[in-house]
Amino acid sequence: MAQQGFKVDFMRYAPVILALSGVLVLVSVLSLAVRGLNFGIDFTGGTLVEVQYPAPVELPQVQAALASHGLEGAVVQYFGTRSEVLVRIPAGMAGSTGELSTRVLEALAAGGEGIKLQRVEFVGPQVGDELVTNAALALLYAILAIGAYVAFRFEYRFAIGAIVSLAHDAIITVGFCSLVGLEFDLTVVAAVLTVIGYSINDTVVIYDRIRENFPRMRKATTREVINRSVNETMTRTIATTATVVLALLPLVLFGGDAIHSFSLAMLIGVLAGAYSTIYVASWSLLPTGLSARDMIAPVKEGAQTP
Amino acid sequence: MNRYPWWANLLIALVLAVGALYALPNWYGTDPALQVSGQRGRAVDAVATEKITAVLKTAGVSAKSLTPSAEGLTLRFADTEQQLKAQDAVRDTLGQDYTVAVNLVPAAPAWLSRIGAQPMFLGLDLRGGVHFLMEVDTASAVRAAEERLVDDLRQLLREEKLRYEWVRRVAEGDTSGVELRLRSAADVAKAQALVARTHPELVVDTAAEDGQRLIGRLGDPYRIEVRRLALQQNITTLRNRVNELGVAEPIVQQQGDSRIIVQLPGVQDTARAKEVLGATATLEFKLVDEEHDLSGALAGRVPPGSRLYPLRAGGQILIKDRAILTGEYITDAASGFDQQSGGAVVHVSLDGRGAGIFERVTGENVGRRLAVVFIENTTDSVRRPDGTVERRSRRTEEVITAPVIQDRLGRRFQITGMDNAREARDLALLLRAGSLAAPLAIVEERTIGPSLGKENIEKGERAVLAALILVVLFMAIRYRTLGVIANIALVGNLLLILAIMSLLQATLTLPGIAGIVLTLGMAVDANVLINERIREERRNGNSPQASIAAGYERAFGTILDANITTLLAGLLLFIFGSGPVKGFAVTLSIGIVTTVFTAVFVTRAMVNLIQPRGRRVAAAARG
Repeated sequence: MAQQGFKVDFMRYAPVILALSGVLVLVSVLSLAVRGLNFGIDFTGGTLVEVQYPAPVELPQVQAALASHGLEGAVVQYFGTRSEVLVRIPAGMAGSTGELSTRVLEALAAGGEGIKLQRVEFVGPQVGDELVTNAALALLYAILAIGAYVAFRFEYRFAIGAIVSLAHDAIITVGFCSLVGLEFDLTVVAAVLTVIGYSINDTVVIYDRIRENFPRMRKATTREVINRSVNETMTRTIATTATVVLALLPLVLFGGDAIHSFSLAMLIGVLAGAYSTIYVASWSLLPTGLSARDMIAPVKEGAQTP
Repeated sequence: MNRYPWWANLLIALVLAVGALYALPNWYGTDPALQVSGQRGRAVDAVATEKITAVLKTAGVSAKSLTPSAEGLTLRFADTEQQLKAQDAVRDTLGQDYTVAVNLVPAAPAWLSRIGAQPMFLGLDLRGGVHFLMEVDTASAVRAAEERLVDDLRQLLREEKLRYEWVRRVAEGDTSGVELRLRSAADVAKAQALVARTHPELVVDTAAEDGQRLIGRLGDPYRIEVRRLALQQNITTLRNRVNELGVAEPIVQQQGDSRIIVQLPGVQDTARAKEVLGATATLEFKLVDEEHDLSGALAGRVPPGSRLYPLRAGGQILIKDRAILTGEYITDAASGFDQQSGGAVVHVSLDGRGAGIFERVTGENVGRRLAVVFIENTTDSVRRPDGTVERRSRRTEEVITAPVIQDRLGRRFQITGMDNAREARDLALLLRAGSLAAPLAIVEERTIGPSLGKENIEKGERAVLAALILVVLFMAIRYRTLGVIANIALVGNLLLILAIMSLLQATLTLPGIAGIVLTLGMAVDANVLINERIREERRNGNSPQASIAAGYERAFGTILDANITTLLAGLLLFIFGSGPVKGFAVTLSIGIVTTVFTAVFVTRAMVNLIQPRGRRVAAAARG
């Protein structure tokens, strides 16, 4: 009946796209294994001090000021402009205590007039370890909780598809951070979790349609049902991805350094989530052996509202 | 079929109107302000007000307004720079009798705050300030309890005439306890009965090999209680100290079973904040051991029950172990000058119990010397090569002064021996604000300067606005009338999020703003789902009315499923996240709830209201 809309045999391209997706996952995993993540202070522990000088400064001058106060080994870099300086002191150096940042400030204040404190972050090693554990737990629980919800609302095979697709999105987002050396801090973990939340949103919409189409297309194969469902929801997938990307772009562009990693990771994740919904989440229903027989009974109760 | 009952429409309109009203204070923002309040019941009277206006004039700072408030006086300023300049000037003029705290006060008209409409609470990343996470070394509170117990037991055994060889605290690794060794095995049973009667919290283990020994361990419920009390006392102490710092709306909160969060909005001088908060100094009063020879002790023959302490003025002094009095009995302390010598002193007041003990002991010891021992605790974290973290508590003890007790001392007395007035003031502050029951260590610090905070707000506002415009344009172009309806709902959604955040006084952080932006992007998804459904129904040959009804109904299940799963992710973020991440989770979760309301019910009501033109709406949806 559809006069308009997509009529693409998405599943036909599945092997190619999935191979590509597999390559992306592989690259991500390899990068994570080889390059690792550029962990921020949240996870490594240590001290970070950001100050603003009234005029541009030379980094060696800053380093000398620190050294004269017994703070050798601090990493000094520009942050944004040449008058904004970021000082990092790794954990475990010079007894990482809360007093260290005060000493850094004293040293810098002695070296130059009129510096302005922008930001201090100190994370003790103990807290750093806990933050890593909590972040990992949050990711794991989020994926499991969502899987359980999908299994409850749909069918357990849908949950498998959802979990595979969520893990895929998470791996690609984290892999991207590793590849480009994006600072990986707590906000990036929040971004990954949000990507998971967004991607499942997308997946649920298509699953919903698949569930609805099974009883309508009694003679069709599972593959045909999936294809049709993906096509029918395609305009929506495009529109929603577009609005979310439109909303995220200003964050990436003018959100500032504080949430730059966060918004960039989210943008990548949303894009990964959009195609993984079609290819990973939908396609992964095929090998699970899902067929019309499994779907017709549970749908009947919902079918009362045509 | 496309009509809500009138009350439903009214309800929807009402919710939106109330939302707009309570979101309104955020439009006005906040003014940097100073809150002047009197200490110990003193009021900010006309004289004080006059002093303030005079000093502001000389400092070249002009306040936007000066209004009496419940606490005292509120001064508003145009910017943070003036506010801080004014704080220094006013504090210097008014002196110790008044607290001068920096604050942000709503700039909205008074009628809004009268109906309880307040702007959102801005997180430290948006307003500037200090965040500390402090770890309480509760194990040392247990150690102190065991030491007190040792003292108690010695006295009890003496009173009961049970002769003992020693009573001491024993510790091995993580386990610790108290060991009693009696002179004769016959007394063991008596001692055990005595301990059971007087100290039921001590769990006695009689498996002593030689039959003369008792080993007791404090029971777990008691240990937990000691730790809990230590944490509570530290929280109280920190609250008092924070008040001394002059911060409005500070947060001092327990986190987990051994940590405390301290947030000081607007604080600039982090070094001073750390000094005041982190210091865990306390005083102990102990008698000087005058029966034994100091030179003998210096040569290594320290008599049992006594110890060598360094003197602040230099040299060493032999002091008895037992503390007569500890800092917890001190109720007030003030710095001043001694009338006779002119030197800096600290006037100390004790509570009733402390006064009783002190009176008795000093009365018994007139003519002997009493040492004032200053104890400072610091904690270092060191990462061992194997990656585990070791925390070392360092205790520095020093005798400030050891004067001869001239007379029986009572509730009030003074401590001399300070080098200068500043030292006396710092000691008085530490004593006044109370002593910590256990050492504290800062395990996390996040400080944001006020200019960075302002920058973050501006960036956040710009991002929200840009996102809103882009999404609105997209929807209007793609879905025409239905898109415009969705856009109106989107603005309503933003207002509702702001209103709920303001009503809950939830904290808005920069990631929280990102959460709002993301919500704006995802909120229209519900309308996209509905609109696409309506289009589909039309394509299937249904009438416009039937298509709208079916579109909303069929999309609703999908919308619900999709949003519940996202809400699950939001809740987990809230549970496991900390600080800014929590702020993000809050806005994301609130946004999901408001989205379902505005995107489904509000748009539906609007579509219903333009019912006569419903045909055109659905026709437009044909796209």
